[in-house]
Amino acid sequence: MRVLMFGWEFPPHISGGLGTACYGLTKGLAFQDVEVIFVVPKAYGDEDQSAIKLIGASGVPVMQRTVQFYKNLTEESLPRTELTSKEITYLEVGSMLMPYLSPEEFETFVNEKIEAKDYKWEKLLRKSQESKAVESKQIGTIDFSGKYGPDLLQEVSNYGLIAAEIAQGQDFDLIHAHDWLTYAAGIAAQKISGKPLIIHVHATEYDRAGENVNSLVFDIERMGMEAADRIITVSNLTRNTVVNKYGIPEEKVFTVYNAVEPNAKIEEDSIRKHLNEKVVTFLGRVTFQKGPEYFIEAAYKVLQKTDDVRFVMAGNGDLLRKMIRHAARLGITKKFHFTDFLKGKDVDRMFQLSDVYVMPSVSEPFGISPLEAMRSNVPVIISKQSGVSEILKYAIKIDFWDVDAMADAIYGLVKYSALSDMFSKHGKTEVDNLKWENAAKNTKEQYTALLENIKPQ
Amino acid sequence: MKSICLYFQIHQPFRLKNYRFFEIGADHYYFDDYTNQSILRKVARKSYLPANQLFLKLIEQFPGRFKISFSITGIALDQFALYAPELIDSFKELAATGQVEFLAETYSHSLVSLSNEDEFQHQVMTHSERIEELFGMKPKVFRNTELIYSDQIGEQVYRMGFKAMLTEGAKHILGWKSPNFLYYNVHQPKLKLLLRNFKLSDDLAFRFTNQEWSEWPLTADKYVDWIKGVDENEDVINLFMDYETFGEHQSAESGIFEFLKEFPKRIIEETDFEFLTPSEVVKTCQPIAPLPVPFPISWADEERDLSAWLGNELQNEAFSKLYSLRNDLKLANSPELMADWSYLQASDHFYYMCTKFFSDQAVHNYFNPYGSPYDAFINYMNVLSDFILRLEEAIDRDRYKGVIVDELDEEMLYEAIDRYALVLKRLRKRRTQLERNNPKGQAKK
Repeated sequence: MRVLMFGWEFPPHISGGLGTACYGLTKGLAFQDVEVIFVVPKAYGDEDQSAIKLIGASGVPVMQRTVQFYKNLTEESLPRTELTSKEITYLEVGSMLMPYLSPEEFETFVNEKIEAKDYKWEKLLRKSQESKAVESKQIGTIDFSGKYGPDLLQEVSNYGLIAAEIAQGQDFDLIHAHDWLTYAAGIAAQKISGKPLIIHVHATEYDRAGENVNSLVFDIERMGMEAADRIITVSNLTRNTVVNKYGIPEEKVFTVYNAVEPNAKIEEDSIRKHLNEKVVTFLGRVTFQKGPEYFIEAAYKVLQKTDDVRFVMAGNGDLLRKMIRHAARLGITKKFHFTDFLKGKDVDRMFQLSDVYVMPSVSEPFGISPLEAMRSNVPVIISKQSGVSEILKYAIKIDFWDVDAMADAIYGLVKYSALSDMFSKHGKTEVDNLKWENAAKNTKEQYTALLENIKPQ
Repeated sequence: MKSICLYFQIHQPFRLKNYRFFEIGADHYYFDDYTNQSILRKVARKSYLPANQLFLKLIEQFPGRFKISFSITGIALDQFALYAPELIDSFKELAATGQVEFLAETYSHSLVSLSNEDEFQHQVMTHSERIEELFGMKPKVFRNTELIYSDQIGEQVYRMGFKAMLTEGAKHILGWKSPNFLYYNVHQPKLKLLLRNFKLSDDLAFRFTNQEWSEWPLTADKYVDWIKGVDENEDVINLFMDYETFGEHQSAESGIFEFLKEFPKRIIEETDFEFLTPSEVVKTCQPIAPLPVPFPISWADEERDLSAWLGNELQNEAFSKLYSLRNDLKLANSPELMADWSYLQASDHFYYMCTKFFSDQAVHNYFNPYGSPYDAFINYMNVLSDFILRLEEAIDRDRYKGVIVDELDEEMLYEAIDRYALVLKRLRKRRTQLERNNPKGQAKK
């Protein structure tokens, strides 16, 4: 079985849950003997030199290389034989697409990039803007205009055109596209190849924007959902959104829960806490969707009652300044810290330092970060409005708006050691049993079911 | 002569209100009056009152032949007094027929038998006195909270002066043996044991309305046939269940009351079984064998052990913290603290903290005010934290400098405590409240 997958972000450039999920799932699928051709938009300047450079007729650079997966990262000593390793084909498409950007943010982002002097794509970009004046170029049978326009929606459809081109050159059984920015690519590939399309919904516009949905984005999402032969959602919460808000028939939508990679080996002693105080952490983008203000309110309540707790808000986002001001206004900054965006090792280190992890998301289709916390033995408090709350047992679940309950749960975990001990002990076991292998197995079942349904006709 | 022994358990805890940590030290009232009152009123209306009426009728219909037994926890009696005093009158009426036996148990439906023998004895005596005072009979047979029993507990119960005790006919204890005989304590042969026939009891208590059950609908015909089918040589069928089975767990619409009306009549008219109270069973039946129970058993969940209350870290922590306060309570010598401590001991609080997520969850959720076991634990510990602060404040540490608390006379712990007076005080407070709200004096609907 060969799958053409339109995904996001491979290590080392992972900026959030979507990249982590794509990586974990692809790796899991490779070990389920699914051949994956993994296509990513990529605008970073540090391409692997071993990659094969493919320049599409469109002039868009496409890099092809082989990515090797090893069965268990934690057991370095294992011989890297064929049994323990798998390969996938990895295609990088020169594109400015990034996850989590709204059309408006994309514009700012692209403009900033243009200003960066030694930015590698700069020339291409200029060229494309120049070429805009020349109208469109003929590439095969596809009209392709303005390669790197600052308009996200334009970029989405451009990416779709490249996808169509890739689809022509590859052999595969089905197409799997992750989140709305790649739906157009998925549909294009579906049209060109006639192969079935699965779209994987990690989040919807309702999760990103609340009720103020961008109707253009909504339309692209619905188009993808309607065109798809099958839809995978990351939780029943998201499944309900897809069914109720997008009007998609239930029987087409299936939930496959995400998972988490087991810890890479940790040098436990390397990180020592220098404080006797308990540390309560929020880690994620500081945006409306993540509910940072509820965390601050709960922190304020806890700090009224007890002194030996510190709070950390780790992450960046459009609400960060507002949150800093809010904490200052409440007079808790002595005990409330902001770290800005953390990545890689720093994330692990933050978890190691934490005694409680809080995810107060207003809307969270899944939410991998609590699993990462639990993997590091950190007890978690999660909002009931998160997909991950559907599968976790050893977690305190609260309504994101219920600041009293959140504060009470924090206080309980900090003060009553029986509770935190129980969570550390059983929580770790619980997440270790949520394996990407299982998620991949469930995904493969969807593939098989879809292919069997379609073949007889 | 073969017999059937009907026994019903009545208990309602004082559920805690939602008590956040920021109330610790500020708010010393822990109970959710609204929930407690509405649940008790609802159960009284749907179950206790109609069932009492029905049993009263059956007793009149079969003078000297239809007999039942109850145990009512002290906490439930306190709630009757507060929220549904007519229930006390109704039980008094049943008691007056002479065909109803009241059993002893711990006052607060506590797990104290697993903690401290002195305290265990005290709570049982308090309960017995209350029963005698209300119903004019001193309990002779003991039933422990949730039918918890072990060899050791049995010995303690015998030392308190009881001749018999009820427990579960647990499969893992009985093995091939039948629950339909009288057994005795392995160390103390004078303490007889009546074992619950869980199959026939649960047919009514759990399965009566279950439409997926192959025997549904259960008719009196069928049930009486099963009882007739019991081996001829067996002595007694013990049907023990929650009183809420009638009208609450199994709703009136399910036909449970009709079943109840029909069943005794069939037994009396068609079979050679007679209805006996636990004391009469002990008198008439020959005990056949000792029953070794080295580890405590109970009537709860599939496991029939203590795991529903003391099965995880949270429950153990809350339990040991609660009972570690006993010596300090001796020193504090305060009736108010004593009463709260007693209400905090109800096994229900620990039951809500159970994390056996899959099995028996439906039963655990019954009347459960919490969304999760963690909420239950945090709420309880918040309350206990406040209680400990009050306790600390109440103790004059200087006065007891150098005193070895364990050697203090047990009597001292209780001399100043008149629990009944305290209940009356609460009752008066409540009455004045009600009268204020409803000046015509019609306190209840």
